[in-house]
Amino acid sequence: MHPAFQGLLTIAIGVSGCVGYFYFSNQFLDKVLFPARGPNAGRNINRANIIRPWLFLFPALAALGLYLAYPVVETLRLSLTDRVPGGGYTWVGLDNYIQMAREPKFWEAMRNNMFWLIIVPAMSTAFGLLVAQLTDRIRWGNIAKSLIFMPMAISFVGASVIWKLVYDTRPAEQDQIGMLNALYLFFGGSDPQTWLTIPFWNSFLLMIVLVWIQTGFAMVILSAALRGIPEETIEAAILDGANPFQIFFKIKVPQIKTTILVVWTTITITVLKVFDIVFAMTNGQWETQVLANYMYDKLFRANDWGVGSASAMVIMLLVAPILVWNVRNARKEME
Amino acid sequence: MSELNLTDVAKTYGSVDVLKNINLDIETGELIVFVGPSGCGKSTLLRMIAGLEKISGGTLEIEGQVMNDVPPAQRGIAMVFQSYALYPHMTVRENMAFALKIAKMPTDEVDAAVDRAARILQLDPFLDRLPKALSGGQRQRVAIGRAIVRDPKVYLFDEPLSNLDAALRVATRIEIARLKEAMPDSTMIYVTHDQVEAMTLASRIVVLADKGIAQVGTPLELYETPDNEFVAQFIGSPSMNLLSGVITQTGETTIVKLDSGGTAVSRVATDASDAGKQVNIGVRPEDFQPADRDPILEGIVDFTEALGEVTLLYFAAEDGADTVVAKLPGVQRNMRGQTVAVTAEPDKVHLFHQGISMRK
Repeated sequence: MHPAFQGLLTIAIGVSGCVGYFYFSNQFLDKVLFPARGPNAGRNINRANIIRPWLFLFPALAALGLYLAYPVVETLRLSLTDRVPGGGYTWVGLDNYIQMAREPKFWEAMRNNMFWLIIVPAMSTAFGLLVAQLTDRIRWGNIAKSLIFMPMAISFVGASVIWKLVYDTRPAEQDQIGMLNALYLFFGGSDPQTWLTIPFWNSFLLMIVLVWIQTGFAMVILSAALRGIPEETIEAAILDGANPFQIFFKIKVPQIKTTILVVWTTITITVLKVFDIVFAMTNGQWETQVLANYMYDKLFRANDWGVGSASAMVIMLLVAPILVWNVRNARKEME
Repeated sequence: MSELNLTDVAKTYGSVDVLKNINLDIETGELIVFVGPSGCGKSTLLRMIAGLEKISGGTLEIEGQVMNDVPPAQRGIAMVFQSYALYPHMTVRENMAFALKIAKMPTDEVDAAVDRAARILQLDPFLDRLPKALSGGQRQRVAIGRAIVRDPKVYLFDEPLSNLDAALRVATRIEIARLKEAMPDSTMIYVTHDQVEAMTLASRIVVLADKGIAQVGTPLELYETPDNEFVAQFIGSPSMNLLSGVITQTGETTIVKLDSGGTAVSRVATDASDAGKQVNIGVRPEDFQPADRDPILEGIVDFTEALGEVTLLYFAAEDGADTVVAKLPGVQRNMRGQTVAVTAEPDKVHLFHQGISMRK
């Protein structure tokens, strides 16, 4: 069968399945379980209405339970067990966590993640705010914004491939196709550098990729927030004698503080889960390891399900509080 | 000494004239009100004085100094916005202190200025609150306080009361009048579309219309001796009735034979050369009184509005003519459908030729 036809068929089955579920489950509730007739018609209608929300919630709850709640529990279980060769498992308590804590690679990943955590949200938010402010008043601002937003539409792996070309290295006698090396040589560098293998700094080169992607996101949200600031408060500040910097930092930024925080934390969560960029560009070599890639290494390369799951739990514990805080902030802003 | 001079001031957006030939001298201590229909450019003119809009032509002087290209903060003006424009993230105290802190004034002087303004406006209990915890009237007072602390030469008010409800508007209007009395040397320019505010607050009113100034004068001058039909109809409510006719007798008193059949006698003097001219007579609704003979207008009352203190009579309009309104004192019962004849004292009858008053 032609794949396009398969796709259409899947959509048709899926959609009609959904419609069918809602239609028939409601029919069953109203006609069979609690029919609105007979001596108890009034009571039946009330009961049906109490149950109805759960009919609508059920598919979502089931999917979340199956794909979110169960894996969390299962990962926790795996992190506390070791596989026995030939089948089965044994409880090992916190052994996996202890083993992980003794591995330098884990601490390298933790350290790098902390750098990612500070630098990427800060730079993305700062650049996003800067771009949002600067493009607001110029005629071609919207074109600039679309260009800056475009990386958002590229997958992390795609972006990594693009930036791998930027950091590319060719032997000294050949022309450099990597922009960074081309610039480096143009400005008087002696030999082309293999940028991604220079420890410590290579992590920052990877972070630039994510900043490049996330700046667009920050810009769009912050630009909308900046436009929401009442024009009169800015005019009042002009009359009060504030210069453009004071207007920006003392009038505009404080008024969009909650939005900045939401943008910041949203990017923070993305950063904690960062995997694709490191996987595609260095695969954690040359001291660029991060937690998500470490987990992948352990789970699927070393087949060490215990330590892999333990690192997954660490990532979850780091993300959870920020996530809760973020949702709270977003709700507060909606009020 | 004159505080603020506008000489041939103009504003254009591209090729569109918004304002032109604005000439106005404002004396120290005056409260000038700009009124006009919406879109007449009154707010634009205020914003040009404030420095928020560029002046396209002419000069603006404050205390003899040309201010066209001086930054807003250095013009010695302070502005109160219609929407209050309080900084939502700052407390009342911080809002009022902002300009002084920007100007790097010592902290104790800032506190003293803020406390003084707060005392004048009775804002003391709210100094540590955020604007969102204040009522509309309180916010408006903070906005005024923010202007007071800067001790400006000229206060600019851009429709400061239009966001308040009717009762609060009256109260705040009186407060502004008191504030003006307490600061006799401060000059204020006040934009409004509400003529009650204009009449009650202004030492002089500037009526803006058709890209320029229609008339400048004290409230009663504008009411009693309007220069043109626009001002005549803009000031006063309901607006002045205009009835067309032909001058039949000139001299100390002028007699106009109206197209609707009536005869009007006006104390406005005319020359012999004016005889036969097509003119409009203007009579305010409140100047009409029932007539026994020689009425200006005799017509059927189409509709009445009884307000208690006065009764408004709307006469059935003839084809194409505007509805004539008469305002009679007290309660007038059972007037609807009746034929009523009205006239007015000769010195209450205005004469307009081609829209311009014939009064010399």
